[in-house]
Parts: sequence; structure tokens; C-alpha cells
Amino acid sequence: MEKKRNGILIFSEYSRGAGIKKALESSREDILFELRESNLRGRGGAGFPTATKWTLVAAASADQKYVICNADEGEPGTFKDRVLLMEYPELVFDGMVIAGYTIGATKGIVYLRGEYEYMLKFLEDYLEQMRKDNLLGNNILGKEGFNFDITIRLGSGAYVCGEETALIESLEGHRGEARNRPPYPVNTGFLGKPTVVNNVETLASVPHIVTKGGNWFRKYGTDKSTGSKLFSVSGDCEKPGVYELPWGTKISELLELVGAKNTKAVQVGGASGICIPKSQFDRTLAYEDAATGGSIIIFNESRNMLHILKNFMEFFVEESCGQCTPCRIGNVKLLEGIEMIEKGNYTFAYINNLKELGRTMQVASKCGLGQSSPNAFLSILENFKEEIFNGNGGQNGK
Amino acid sequence: MLVLERNTLTEEIEKLVTKYGKERSSLLPILQDIQRKYKHIPDFAQQEIARLLDIHPVEVYSVISFYSFLSTEPKGRYIVRLCKTISCDMQGKSAVAKAIQRELGINFGETTKDKKFTLEYTNCLGMCDQGPAMIVNERVYTKLTPEKAIQILNELK
Ligand code: SF4
Ligand code: FES
Repeated sequence: MEKKRNGILIFSEYSRGAGIKKALESSREDILFELRESNLRGRGGAGFPTATKWTLVAAASADQKYVICNADEGEPGTFKDRVLLMEYPELVFDGMVIAGYTIGATKGIVYLRGEYEYMLKFLEDYLEQMRKDNLLGNNILGKEGFNFDITIRLGSGAYVCGEETALIESLEGHRGEARNRPPYPVNTGFLGKPTVVNNVETLASVPHIVTKGGNWFRKYGTDKSTGSKLFSVSGDCEKPGVYELPWGTKISELLELVGAKNTKAVQVGGASGICIPKSQFDRTLAYEDAATGGSIIIFNESRNMLHILKNFMEFFVEESCGQCTPCRIGNVKLLEGIEMIEKGNYTFAYINNLKELGRTMQVASKCGLGQSSPNAFLSILENFKEEIFNGNGGQNGK
Repeated sequence: MLVLERNTLTEEIEKLVTKYGKERSSLLPILQDIQRKYKHIPDFAQQEIARLLDIHPVEVYSVISFYSFLSTEPKGRYIVRLCKTISCDMQGKSAVAKAIQRELGINFGETTKDKKFTLEYTNCLGMCDQGPAMIVNERVYTKLTPEKAIQILNELK
């Protein structure tokens, strides 16, 4: 196991089980109150308020409810879940137990991406230890009637399963195709039961909030984006890795911290995010500005932006579940457009049509994949016009 | 397939159904276990799983075809998946890819004649800070160079 880190919130002091203990001494309302105070929002990227989600499921009446930990991180450039699961399993699992107690669920499921199968044994052993210590199982920590256990299920290599309804479909034994919403998982989730689906990082924040209070959490970050964020940094820099920083950090500050030199552009949010050019490096990382699930990829002056864009579009063509037309056909068309530019064989009228198509995909696609896949296309073509349309087929740079 | 082999396969699937449950939601874990052991999901297994879970075989096939880690065609004993996404690409994935192809004598998407290796590209593995990265079966290897990649594969031989 790697060495423990230091950080303001997530990577701050915490001892296993402390959050569960505190939660069991409190009422469900108290926990929801602290969560509301903290203003924690989903760390997967969409940013839905966690307290609202939990309150909805807590209020639903059903014979069975579920807590699902979405550990299907597949966004290019992100690896924070890997670090949390391997180095801080106590935060993730304690967070799930607390969620179970708060919403009245007895079952938790971790949907672990197939690529992380190598972690399975370690995580299973960890859960076993929790059972021995009565942090899982029946009457947890002596709390009469509170039963909760966690199982781990593996994905099988499909990026779209990170979308919560596709994930549920996959758990139910189907193709991972996104569902129509509404109904939402809070009402009709796994096996039709009310379900909380939370990102790994969201759950890892919960034990801290429960032990230290919502107010403490809110002290960090901005008004609209409270607390801290884990950033997975890769690409052209001296110190790639996972960094915990308060929301509201400037892109330029982050670049400084990780030792990035001659940076030309930063991809914020991975393939589905946006590409930010040098002129905008004073923008902040926050839900209200450059929002991100945590992926930060750095490109220096030597990189060919068209090549990068092509890599992203190939990704989406492969990963689209194929269910709806804007996404299934749209991504292929955008990729064809890039190949035409590459060959120097395009008209601007055609490129403008493709941009229009991209905007249509953003509104007409069924799920987040198709809605966000044109982001890179639109932002890179817009911000690197000169480099890309320089007349020699985008062959500027390496 | 010999009758004997069929019977073993049926028994195995029955065991898996007992282990994971007869519900539809057990389908993926069952398929994953068969895939892990047989390096694909044979036609006969698809039929048996469908029968025991009481769903149509087409449903089973449709699920297999959706997930990139499941296959109906036999794969090699070691499935080598090299990440081709941008961070690994920038860290030198192409040189590693060429070296592996040369050494194994196959292209991406192919399996060696002795059924030992299948070579595939994959999307981001979550090792972008330590690229280029690949997984072989479920083991992860990072910071690959052409030499290092070949050495890893040779050790598996
Ligand atoms: S947007 Fe893409 S991934 Fe989402 S449902 Fe439509 S085809 Fe599937
Ligand atoms: S880009 Fe290769 S592991 Fe993420």
C-alpha cells in the first residue's frame, strides 16, 4: 500500500469506524442536517446535492433500499478512486454504512470497474475485517436493528456504466444502456427499489462531515462549491498524481503546483470535459466555472491539438452504448470530420455543420455521454483554430 | 464439444447459479467467471446459462456482445490490454505497441497461434499518472518502455 497523504479534508485525520460510531449516536435527521450544512455536491461531475438525494431516498417507503458506490471511474485522465479505494477504504466503506443508516438501507453494493479487478482481494479482505469488528453485519456497533452489509460487483469494460442508470442496468444483468429519466434511481433504482448512487469521492467525504460537522466542511472552497476536490493530474508536468485542493483553485495555481512548464492547454474533466487554452488559465476549478469530476490533463507547446481531439473522439465512438441516434451517429460524424481536417480535405461549411451537429448532440442525447462528448470537439476547434486550420492539414506541432 | 465436457460445463454453471442466485442480476458475475476460466463464453455455456436463469439465449448473447471484457470467441491465456488513451499516448504508448506487436508477431485484435496471448487496445485504465500502462489478465503494469513490456511478456511465457 502507498503512503498516506496529507490534505485539508479528505486526506485529513480519520480513524476507521469513527464516522459510523458518531452517526449511530445521532438521529437520521441530524446526519441529514449536517450534510445539508456542508452543501456537499456529487463528486462524479454532475454536482447534485448529496443531502437532497439522501433525503429523497430516506423519505421513500419501501421494503428494501440500496446504497450503491459508483466505482466505475472510466473518464480518461482520472484515477482518484484508485487512490481512495487502495489507500482510504475506511472512508469509502464507512461512508456507505453511514448512508445505509441514514436512508434505511440494509444492502450496499460497490460497482467496481473491471479494470480495477486487481483491487478485489484487498477490498474483500478489508470488508471481512469490518465484519469481524462489527462495522458491518447485524446490529452494527451494538445498535439494535441496524443491519448493513456490502458486496462488490465487477464491471466488464464499459465506460457508459459510470452513468448511474446504465450502472443499475448492468447490475441487473442487462446491457449497460442508460435509462430514460424520470423515474430517477432515488425512486426506482436497483431492482426497482429506492437507491442512492454516489461517487467514491462523495462517500469518502461523508465520514469527515459526520465527525467534524457540516460547518467545518463549508469553510473550504467557494459558496457554490464547498469543500475540497481531488484532482487527478496527468500529461505534461513534473509531478503527476492525485492532489487535494479547495474548490476555487485557479488553473494557473494548479499548474504551478504540479510543475507544468510551457503549457498550451489543459483538458478539464477528461474527454467529456472542456479544453482550456492558456489565455484562460486564471479560470477557477469549481462547479460554477470550470467544473470537473477531477481529471486534469496537461498539454505543452509541443502537442498537436488535432491529434488529441482525435484520440478523444475515437474514445466516444467506441464507448457510446449506441442506443440513441445523436450519440451513436453523431460521434462517428465528428470523428470523420477530424479525419478530413487531418488530410486537409474539408470545407469550412462542412466543419460549421459539424459544430451545429455537436450542439444538437448536447441537447438531444439521452445521457451524459452523448451530451458531453461534443465538448472537446467544440472547445478545441474554437480555441485552437489557427493551429488546426493552418492549411497543412493540422500538422502543426508533433 | 464432447458430451463429457458439456456435462462438466453444465455442472459448473449450476454451481455458479447456486453461488450467485437464480436472479437475472446474477448474469454478469456468472459470465465473468466463465470468461475468466475459459477465456470466452462458449455457445453451449450461453444456452445453459439462459436455461438455468430462465431467460432467452439471445439475451445472454446480447449482454456478452455489449461488454468489452466478455467474448464469444476464444481468447488467449493472457489477454494483454494496452491503454491507448491520451495520457498514455503522450507518454509513449506507440513505441510500446510496436514492440509488443513485433515480439508476439500479431496485430492488435489478434491471438497468437499457440493461444497464449491476445493483444488488444483498451481505454484509460486509471493509471494515467504512470503511463504507458497495460493490464495482462487482471494485473496492471505501469511506466512501460518497449524493453520492459517485452520482458514482462517473456516472463509469462
Ligand atoms: S447518449 Fe450515447 S451513451 Fe447515452 S444513451 Fe445515448 S447512445 Fe447511449
Ligand atoms: S490514459 Fe492510459 S491509463 Fe489513463
